Amino acid sequence: MADPPGAVGRPLPRSGARRLAFGRGTYTDDLRFPGLLHLAFVRSPHAHARIVKINPGPALAAVPGARVFTGADIARVCTPWQGLMDNLPTMVSPPQHAVAVDRAVWQGEPVAAVVAASRAEAEDAAAGVVVEWEPLPAAAVRDRTLDEDAAPVHPELGSNLSYAAAIRAGDAEAALAGAAHVVEGDFSFARHTGVPLEPRAVIADYDPGEGRLTVHGGHQAPWHQQDTLSRHLGIPEHLVRVVTPDIGGGFGIKLHIYGEEIAVSAVSKLLGRPVKYVADRLESFVSDVQARDQRVSARLGVGEDGGIRGLSVDALSSLGAYGSYGRPPINEGMMTITMAGGPYANEHYEGRLRVAFQNKPPSGMYRAVGQPIACAVTEQLLDRAAHAAGIDPVDMRRRNYWTDEACPVRTPGGIGIGRLSLRACLDRLAAMMDYGALRAEQAALRGRGIHRGIGVATFLEMTSIGPERYGPAGARISTQDGATVRLEPSGAVRCVTSVIEIGQGTHSALAQIVADRLGVAPQDVAVVGGDTSLTPHGGGAWASRGLTIGGEAVWRAAQGLRENILELAGSILQADPADLDLAGGAVSDRATGEARIALAEIGRIGHFRHDTLPPGVQPELAVTRHYVPDAVPFALANGVQGSWLEVDPETGEVRLLEHWVVEDCGRIVNPLLVEEQIRGGVVQGIGGALFEECRHDEEGQMLNATFADYLVPMAAEMPDIHVGHVETPLEGTALGTKGAGEAGTVGAPAAVLLAVNDALRPLGAQVDSLPITPESILHALAAGA
Amino acid sequence: MQEFIDIALTVNGEPVSRRVEARQHLVDFLRNELGLTGSHLGCEHGVCGACTVRVDGAVVRGCLMLAVQADGADVWTVEGLSDSGGIADLQEAFIARNALQCGYCTPGMLLTAAEMLEAGRRMTRTEIRAFLSGNFCRCTGYHAIVDAIGTVMERRFGG
Amino acid sequence: MKAPRFSYVRPESLERVLELLAEHGDEARILAGGQSLMPTLNMRLSEPRLLIDINRIDALKGISLEDGTVRVGALARHAELLDSPLVAEHLPLIAAAMPHVAHVAVRNRGTFGGSIALADPAAELPACAVALDAAFVLASLRGRRTVPARSFFHGLYETELAEDELLVEARIPALAAGYRSSFLEFARRHGDFALAGICCHARIDGAVLSDVRLACFGSEDRPRFAGAASAAAEGRAWSGEVKEAVKAALGGDLDPIGNFHASAATRLHLARVLAGRALDRMAAAG
Ligand SMILES: Cc1cc2nc3c(=O)[nH]c(=O)nc-3n(C[C@H](O)[C@H](O)[C@H](O)COP(=O)(O)OP(=O)(O)OC[C@H]3O[C@@H](n4cnc5c(N)ncnc54)[C@H](O)[C@@H]3O)c2cc1C
Ligand code: FES
Ligand code: FES
Repeated sequence: MADPPGAVGRPLPRSGARRLAFGRGTYTDDLRFPGLLHLAFVRSPHAHARIVKINPGPALAAVPGARVFTGADIARVCTPWQGLMDNLPTMVSPPQHAVAVDRAVWQGEPVAAVVAASRAEAEDAAAGVVVEWEPLPAAAVRDRTLDEDAAPVHPELGSNLSYAAAIRAGDAEAALAGAAHVVEGDFSFARHTGVPLEPRAVIADYDPGEGRLTVHGGHQAPWHQQDTLSRHLGIPEHLVRVVTPDIGGGFGIKLHIYGEEIAVSAVSKLLGRPVKYVADRLESFVSDVQARDQRVSARLGVGEDGGIRGLSVDALSSLGAYGSYGRPPINEGMMTITMAGGPYANEHYEGRLRVAFQNKPPSGMYRAVGQPIACAVTEQLLDRAAHAAGIDPVDMRRRNYWTDEACPVRTPGGIGIGRLSLRACLDRLAAMMDYGALRAEQAALRGRGIHRGIGVATFLEMTSIGPERYGPAGARISTQDGATVRLEPSGAVRCVTSVIEIGQGTHSALAQIVADRLGVAPQDVAVVGGDTSLTPHGGGAWASRGLTIGGEAVWRAAQGLRENILELAGSILQADPADLDLAGGAVSDRATGEARIALAEIGRIGHFRHDTLPPGVQPELAVTRHYVPDAVPFALANGVQGSWLEVDPETGEVRLLEHWVVEDCGRIVNPLLVEEQIRGGVVQGIGGALFEECRHDEEGQMLNATFADYLVPMAAEMPDIHVGHVETPLEGTALGTKGAGEAGTVGAPAAVLLAVNDALRPLGAQVDSLPITPESILHALAAGA
Repeated sequence: MQEFIDIALTVNGEPVSRRVEARQHLVDFLRNELGLTGSHLGCEHGVCGACTVRVDGAVVRGCLMLAVQADGADVWTVEGLSDSGGIADLQEAFIARNALQCGYCTPGMLLTAAEMLEAGRRMTRTEIRAFLSGNFCRCTGYHAIVDAIGTVMERRFGG
Repeated sequence: MKAPRFSYVRPESLERVLELLAEHGDEARILAGGQSLMPTLNMRLSEPRLLIDINRIDALKGISLEDGTVRVGALARHAELLDSPLVAEHLPLIAAAMPHVAHVAVRNRGTFGGSIALADPAAELPACAVALDAAFVLASLRGRRTVPARSFFHGLYETELAEDELLVEARIPALAAGYRSSFLEFARRHGDFALAGICCHARIDGAVLSDVRLACFGSEDRPRFAGAASAAAEGRAWSGEVKEAVKAALGGDLDPIGNFHASAATRLHLARVLAGRALDRMAAAG
């Protein structure tokens, strides 16, 4: 059912933006609590070591009144957890304590919590805690973690292998053997982290009188947090409340269960006082989940005509010392082998995955999970094959995409594809870039010793993951979202949602959806969320699901309210509800469009003048609906990105000149929001392509755990990013949205990698490791010369 | 030579006096003592710019200046500049262009942009980007921020 | 990440600063712009007992020209150097370097003296001082002395400054007739510390270079005067051949230190490329 022209689809400024732009945002650290205590952690200086003894004496002497809690103290009120999945019986993962007990398994793991009256004093005291260590050998070199002689991360597991998987379709080996051209790559993707600008922060307030725990914190999945707190701290779930104030970015980092956050609640429970912990940036670098970190060898075979014959992908994916709790920690690697080759017609595929532990910070989902890797590997091989076959890279893609006739199809990697719009996106992108002219410019500049490159990369973005994946895993994480929409007596509308706003602007888009269903202006709709004790239960903010799942729930709730309003109006007006409509803030006559009764009047009568209603009429001016994304197992957005850059072969410098994206995220509720999601995602992808890397030495010490040394993309190096849209509404839903939160990050590393290699190709060099650094380019040039 | 020192300064145009701990940096002072939570902390080592505030007419890293050093100074934060209307056109342009998502970097971006406008001339996109090079935004991709600032320059200094 | 406890004092006179330094020695730290000291305090990498804030000492401020020498006070802020017409005219090397130093908010506080006293091997100003044959005026209760930039930098964050000494100012010869400067650096991101950088200063007559002074930063543990490379260009007309000679000679001047940002070999390579380009530019400018 299509809405009449209204708020949906319009580039309306975000409702919450004004507050934030006036410095009136309220992030966790901005909240004030009487009697608040501050917590700091003592962390392991070793990547792997036995804790022989912890002596809090000097700390207590330095800061009278401070309290020190060791892992064992915390463990008395908090049980450990284990990141296993019911549907992955062969996956192993050891129990993890909130604060290390006996052994620390990464540099930065918390080993004691220290509480004092201020953060500065808590740090003073933490500096005085004396820990006696017995260092143990660490496994900290990704490509050697599975060697026979590698140090065991968890000796009780017998090996560092957490999981292995293989996917086979057709006969890839035979297909490759018969292909006219076989190209290959041995790719490396560095470990990164998400670096939300607001660090993780939490305030736990346990009320011993009521036995209630209230936790404020910027969490992307507060119900998961609530469930974990309830079960591991032994507090009945209805007495645990998680509130999310404004959140300064998440990107997956704030999606996970962290020992620190749980320990803060444990300490609050032990002390019966509110306790705050805010990670500082140095702590973020050694405690936020880290991601990517894969080595992928892959081969692609094509025929003389450039058609794909077969693809083989072998991935070694590295976890930290633990995988994330409650969510499959192997997803990074699984995404690589399931999504590789995805956009292209192919029958013969082989994907192999090994997932290994290392003595490094725990791993978890970071924006786009594994898909940037699948995309970069596929697209780079396709470019190489195009070159080998003498075909233009854009033509190469056009001829290999799944055709509309072939869809729906299940790719050899196992991804169900309904309908894509790749050709349309590619044509649009080529036009936006003026691809032909750019190639001509590139050739002309090469003649003058200027080396520019063009990268065109196709991406699929899996969004809005449904119950098919999380249910059988036994994950206590909801794949549905819920909403209540209600008419206030004044005729204004409130929407209470389980969707978590982390800056994407989803709440603003939800208001647009409600506005159209109820025939009011978006500014007449207030959207509230972020309190597990008040809103419907839901999943939260991850997998670009806010609008596709939460938006659909809101659409349904608003539709339900619409029906109830019309029914009530029918009894007030003595009319058939089917003859009535909602528009312009009033109930109107469907045939003539003439306003019959204002919504404010409906609100007033419905809430205050029940005496005037016919007997038996029960106004229902609040409607709650949920939505399980059951139409498809997930939504699949798609698109194409283009990168235009210059490489200085003398210095290895890469200068980004321009970037283009054409994406199809289904129906667009607000293009302003989509475009900045895409651009922000692209810049994070560029970060992975050119800058970001958690660097550890062989002992597992992180070498660049500061903002000065972990290089994030800054404004000066980033290109302008032009965004175009193709809209193919998702079938089976009212709204038709897919997701847009990760598309930029999925495709950008590939586009940049391809462009760099396009620039280097005439110089006989190629790079296969991300991030691409000036040094790696110089090395590649030296090797190629 | 003390660990606690009395200071008097003006913050957002209003006189303020307090006894502060020598080690407290300016943003902790503004946030914790004065409740001005619009200035944020993203790194506390001078790299991200989330803590940007204006001291005696120029932007500084609020995490790299001690509160006691602001004794006698004239300090402005996003709250004061919002109330005074001094950056109203920038704020409107940021909102209209969706140049903020989570908003955590935004106060720092706005203060830096306001200083950029002090130059009294239009700048190229490259110049705007260079001027912003000390302010990290993880959400937006910067493009819209550059657009918003460019729009204000155009309006203030002509097309 | 909060700084450890310390005491703070803000003396009103230079004399008082020197007394405090003499009295507290290693336990005290001068607080100038704070743009390098404050991060180390916040990260608890350094735990001084006392900070001596010199920001209100007028004698340390200002930039002026006296008899062909530019006096740069220790408290001259990076932003002042960047905006100063005097620097633009008489110290074009420094004017060219300043946009590369950090970012606007850091430049508004960071000081010339702080940058020199800190002696970060990747910093621009120490290398500029070396190339320009600056002299630093150091003061203590024991008296004043003047130290040439080339012998001031001893190693990683190590200088000629004694525990009780304060850097008061630099005296830098103003650009003389016939001289030109050229500055280039290579950093991963705008305003970052450089992976390699080069400062060139020379007399140029037609195409012939003389009194050539090349200084490199971002390579070793301190800014390095590149004597052999400078000599390779001395008295010669700039050409492709001389360029190669300079690049080759640089290998003798520099023994770069690698780290995870770039290896020693990469740093040397970059220094060579930059030296060639900087001299190209200098020759072309005439
Ligand atoms: C994000 C960021 C990026 C930066 N990028 C660059 C860059 O690209 N290039 C660059 O060169 N710098 C850079 N810096 C550093 C900046 O330039 C510092 O300002 C400078 O290095 C130190 O100057 P300061 O006045 O801030 O000194 P402070 O931090 O106050 O002091 C530094 C040290 O010098 C001592 N000291 C200061 N003044 C004196 C004096 N007069 N006599 C004796 N000792 C003294 C102090 O005791 C301290 O040990 C950057 C800083 C930041 C935060
Ligand atoms: S918090 Fe001050 S620069 Fe990051
Ligand atoms: S809007 Fe989130 S960091 Fe800039």
